[in-house]
Amino acid sequence: MEESPYLPTAANARWRDFTSAAVTGVLVVCALFVIAPLFLVIYFLLKQGASALDWNFFTQLPRPTGVVGGGMANAIWGTITLLVLAAAFGVPLGVLGGIYLAEYGSDRVNGWLRFSADVLNGVPSIVWGMVVYLVLVVPFKTFSAYAGAAALGLMMIPLVMRTTEEVLILVPQSYREAALALGVARWKMIMVIVVRTALKGIATGVIVAMARIAGETAPLLFTALGNNFWAHSLKEPIAALPLQIFAYAISPYDDWHRQAWAGALVLMALILALNILVRVFSRDRRHIS
Amino acid sequence: MPDRPTPTAMSSVTASSSILPAPGSRLPDIAFKWLAGMASMLIFLLIFLIGWELYHGSQLAIHQFGASFLWTREWNPVEDQYGALPFIFGTLVSSLLAILIAVPLGVATALFLTELAPLRLRQPVVMVIEMLAAVPSVIFGLWGIFVLIPWLRDHLFVWLKHSLGFLPLFQGPIYGVSMLAAGIIIAIMILPIVTSISREILRSVPNLQREAAYALGATRWEVLRIAVLSYARRGLFGAAILGLGRALGETMAVTMVIGNNPQIAASLFAPGYTLASVIANEFAEATSDLYLNSLFELGLVLLVVTILVNIVARLMLRSMTGSASGKVS
Repeated sequence: MEESPYLPTAANARWRDFTSAAVTGVLVVCALFVIAPLFLVIYFLLKQGASALDWNFFTQLPRPTGVVGGGMANAIWGTITLLVLAAAFGVPLGVLGGIYLAEYGSDRVNGWLRFSADVLNGVPSIVWGMVVYLVLVVPFKTFSAYAGAAALGLMMIPLVMRTTEEVLILVPQSYREAALALGVARWKMIMVIVVRTALKGIATGVIVAMARIAGETAPLLFTALGNNFWAHSLKEPIAALPLQIFAYAISPYDDWHRQAWAGALVLMALILALNILVRVFSRDRRHIS
Repeated sequence: MPDRPTPTAMSSVTASSSILPAPGSRLPDIAFKWLAGMASMLIFLLIFLIGWELYHGSQLAIHQFGASFLWTREWNPVEDQYGALPFIFGTLVSSLLAILIAVPLGVATALFLTELAPLRLRQPVVMVIEMLAAVPSVIFGLWGIFVLIPWLRDHLFVWLKHSLGFLPLFQGPIYGVSMLAAGIIIAIMILPIVTSISREILRSVPNLQREAAYALGATRWEVLRIAVLSYARRGLFGAAILGLGRALGETMAVTMVIGNNPQIAASLFAPGYTLASVIANEFAEATSDLYLNSLFELGLVLLVVTILVNIVARLMLRSMTGSASGKVS
């Protein structure tokens, strides 16, 4: 913007057009660079993972070192268990928090809450693991499914809270007024009218949050710990797909590497399935986002 | 900071809405409001809890080493001697590399998406980028170990050494696992958030800006440069800082490709170690109390830095977009 390019000499104009075209090309190449990794990752997941994937993978426990074969049945089950437990803990708190933000809080408090929730979203996941280790693992003297689920559930709270607030705000004010005018108590109005209307949106937010935490490894390292066998109770260490993938990936054994790819493929499929679910859910409220 | 807003919230309980009927129904109403209020206050509590627990957990190390922990270079579990410098160095360098790679690419892609791409193409590309954000860290790590690292070792690094080997940055033996590999994998992981926030920012640039520039006879690039980028500069900077906040805390993929060696080397080909990855790696085997406490102190350092970076980023984004930029994930 320094030199004034407004005198249209022929050479100047050609140079400017050329620069513009060149930059356009660069932008296109950059965009290709950005989307390439996804395809590369998925290509290798399919290539390496599919060949290692068989029925045993879903039904058997990991074999000891050196014994070929085995599967990750316990890890798959563990991941599902952890997700359900985490949601059971994180979703009600997140939704209630979102309700407060949308229905009650004053502007000033809400500003602080939103800001804090966003900041909390930025806390590295490994830090959550350390904190839960101190709060739940040390006092009870055991790694456990509960601790793993707590770490994941805590991470869900700010996520769910923000998305819940966003969809509740979209419920027309007239719905609230109509219910209140009929003499419905405010809490009933919120639960029966507002939350009900926004239920699909809330569910979408919950699934998004679950997809986000399903692949988390770091918060599970010192909470759920992992387990080569079935966990007999939730008070015991429990296996999880991300943990197992990590352990196998950094091991020196080829067969374990194969299984790590298979596990990664299954985990990715799970996460993609959750994401597709979100798209199905949110199809008819596209205008919102 | 965390406690302050509480009194306001509590006092507004009593001043709650007056449209409500029969006094008998007030109690569940108040109870519900309290319940929701408590759930939301949990956010403040959590921030406080994280900080307090980590501080408490690192007491021994804090007493033993004091502030010098931050600039001590030695990390030697055998002699119970701990310093954070190699990890702080590793975290900063790998994150900086990631930012240097991801921000230009992310902003360029955002420009492509908002200004250039045919409408039909935009949604699919956005979807691909969202999917990229959904790939778990540990899968990037796996891919990094078996696909990216071999390729970097045999091609890119060799080429860099050949053409830029006169710089200390690109000297020394090539192992594959390295600071640069970590930077690249973090860059891939923060690209989605940098791109999507940049896109929001660019979309908030008024069309009048562009039209005015075009009306003056500017070419497309001149429009982008003069009317769009300079207008959005601040917000894009916020996006970069937010990306930095993510980069600092990336754990699993980094652990798997950085080589995990607590050294401070000039070469980007040399292995390194970050705050997050040393915690992930050594926490389980921390035998002495002091060792464990030192790891907690590293966690505390990481927490403080990421929170500060995030606060700065949010403040910049907020002033840019006006709203609290809700869709930022």
